[in-house]
Amino acid sequence: MSLIRLEPRGQASQAMVYLTPPLAVVLTLMSGFVLFLLLGFDPMKALHAFFIDPVSSKRGIGELIVKATPLTLCAIGLSIGFRANVWNIGAEGQLTVGAIVGGGLALAFYGHGGWWLLPLMVIGGAVGGMAWAAIPAYLRLRFNASEILTSLMLTYVALLLLNFLVHGPYRDPDGFAFPESRLFEADAVMPILWLGTRVHLGAALALLAVAGGWVLIARTFIGFQIKVIGLTPAAAGYAGFDQKRIVWLALLLSGGLAGIAGMGEVAGPIGQITPNVSPGYGFTAIIVAFLGRLHPVGILLAALLMALSFIGGEAAQIAMGLPKAITGVFQGMLLFFLLASDVLIRYRVRFGARRAVA
Amino acid sequence: MSAELSLIGPILAAMLAAATPLLFAALGELVVEKSGVLNLGVEGMMLVGAVCGFAVTVKTGSAPMGLLAAATAGAATAALFGLLTLGLLANQVATGLALTLFGVGLSALIGQAFVGIPLKGLPKLNIPGLTDLPVIGQALFGQDLLVYLAILAVPLVHLFLYRTRAGLVLRAVGENHAAAHALGYKVIRIRFLAVLFGGAMSGLGGAFLSMDYTPMWAENMTAGRGWIALALVVFATWKPLRVMLGAWLFGGVTIAQLHVQGLGVDVPSQLLSMLPYLATVLVLVLISRDVARTRLNAPACLGKLFHPDA
Repeated sequence: MSLIRLEPRGQASQAMVYLTPPLAVVLTLMSGFVLFLLLGFDPMKALHAFFIDPVSSKRGIGELIVKATPLTLCAIGLSIGFRANVWNIGAEGQLTVGAIVGGGLALAFYGHGGWWLLPLMVIGGAVGGMAWAAIPAYLRLRFNASEILTSLMLTYVALLLLNFLVHGPYRDPDGFAFPESRLFEADAVMPILWLGTRVHLGAALALLAVAGGWVLIARTFIGFQIKVIGLTPAAAGYAGFDQKRIVWLALLLSGGLAGIAGMGEVAGPIGQITPNVSPGYGFTAIIVAFLGRLHPVGILLAALLMALSFIGGEAAQIAMGLPKAITGVFQGMLLFFLLASDVLIRYRVRFGARRAVA
Repeated sequence: MSAELSLIGPILAAMLAAATPLLFAALGELVVEKSGVLNLGVEGMMLVGAVCGFAVTVKTGSAPMGLLAAATAGAATAALFGLLTLGLLANQVATGLALTLFGVGLSALIGQAFVGIPLKGLPKLNIPGLTDLPVIGQALFGQDLLVYLAILAVPLVHLFLYRTRAGLVLRAVGENHAAAHALGYKVIRIRFLAVLFGGAMSGLGGAFLSMDYTPMWAENMTAGRGWIALALVVFATWKPLRVMLGAWLFGGVTIAQLHVQGLGVDVPSQLLSMLPYLATVLVLVLISRDVARTRLNAPACLGKLFHPDA
């Protein structure tokens, strides 16, 4: 018998539900220490440059919020699906289509805009993301095709579509053939909420999504159905819950929110359409959703932490010449540690041989 | 010989080469899924294999060492997945996604020092007489060894799964882990070995890309092939021989798309590049449509956690 074994708990440990995310963060930082050491950097200095320096100024905190905005929007939507065993992993694609449609409206009404343009772009972004997410929903319900694979394949298609558009129809006519659109006009740009930073209206929309996500899950019958389907699909079947409706809801909601996130990027910090709208927000949002325990408030905190890993990666690259790819390594490690420590919720770790009980 | 006929040879050869990374990864994943484990981290393992194979080949100058490193690196990342899902009972879908995200980052980190370095590619088979045959000579007898190795792996995996005792046990574990456990088989150990094999095969598939198909390293160079491999396993209804047909089909789509671009047809290249991804969706839809058949062929315990005490 092995020396370490797992003993099932009678009941899931509530304490561990809240303790494991901080534990995972600590383990990630410790691994980061070792990683920096192996790469030949002074680990304390590197960790400082990565996690402290970027947020020690007003501008830095603003950037943190700017990056947390799309992460929160995407992760709130994904978490609703994950709760109901709907695995939309194509948020990156839905975000991209949101940017294509929302930003496309800014270009279509270039020079003819008005106060109505920005709201129209938000709606356009949402509709674009929803339409892109509707494809995996339809294919799963009508043809039983795995939404994991279809939503991911459509992400590649969306990125290629964006690439095509900025090289073709969306390209700035006066831009010397650079693959970029015109700069959006003032009425197509998200208003700044915090002067001196780039924090824009999208941050308020993200907070709205957090509140809305909480109400949906904690206070509505639909939210109850989502939880039941996720925990015991059979029970949901006996109770007569319409599982198809939940699949539609989960994918349309997550697609719509991702679409708004993408529109917020092109109309916010970027201000035009470029081939690289997102540095992988849609994928990182998967980690955010899990790290936040699929809970809206947890997601908000997790999004801020993950945003730090993005700006920390950039800052450390500039300050110490650390490779930027380290961001992805940190994000992956964090999710690994979280998933590993999750075992503590349902099991106790016992040392020594098994007791001889019947 | 007409011009059309002279094109067949190169197209056939390119198709077989394009199918090779998919074939490696999908065969590995097939064995993993047959044991009842769903590892969505194929893309990540391929990338880590690609960068390690490339890096070791550059450093040592030896391609066999590079391939060994790629398989080892793929298996090592797979071991991480196995530790989490089999040892610590983590959710397989989430862990697989984590493995892909981690693999993308880790490979980019390792590969940073190797961007822009060219590599010679692997030696090609050359059988005087056969390789020089018109039309098919180059395609059938002039490929490099990994292409043949991937094709050879198909009957080997088939024979292992359906003609050996170990293969029978592996399938039993995938169909009903509780029963296999009751019979005294080490469910966790068998699954862990299957996961390691899957990782090594993904690593080789990735190494084929970075060491031969496009002999260089670029971030995210697998471009979704790991996910296409996952789709291929479903497409093949978990049968090795059909995995090969599927891989060739996708190799064909990829090459057809490249040739159309090369012929200067007036369709933007980005739109043509969508074809393999759209084909994957289409194929998934066609196969999954038949719910009964999918359910009949899928390992019954696919993706389910197993704990001997539970």
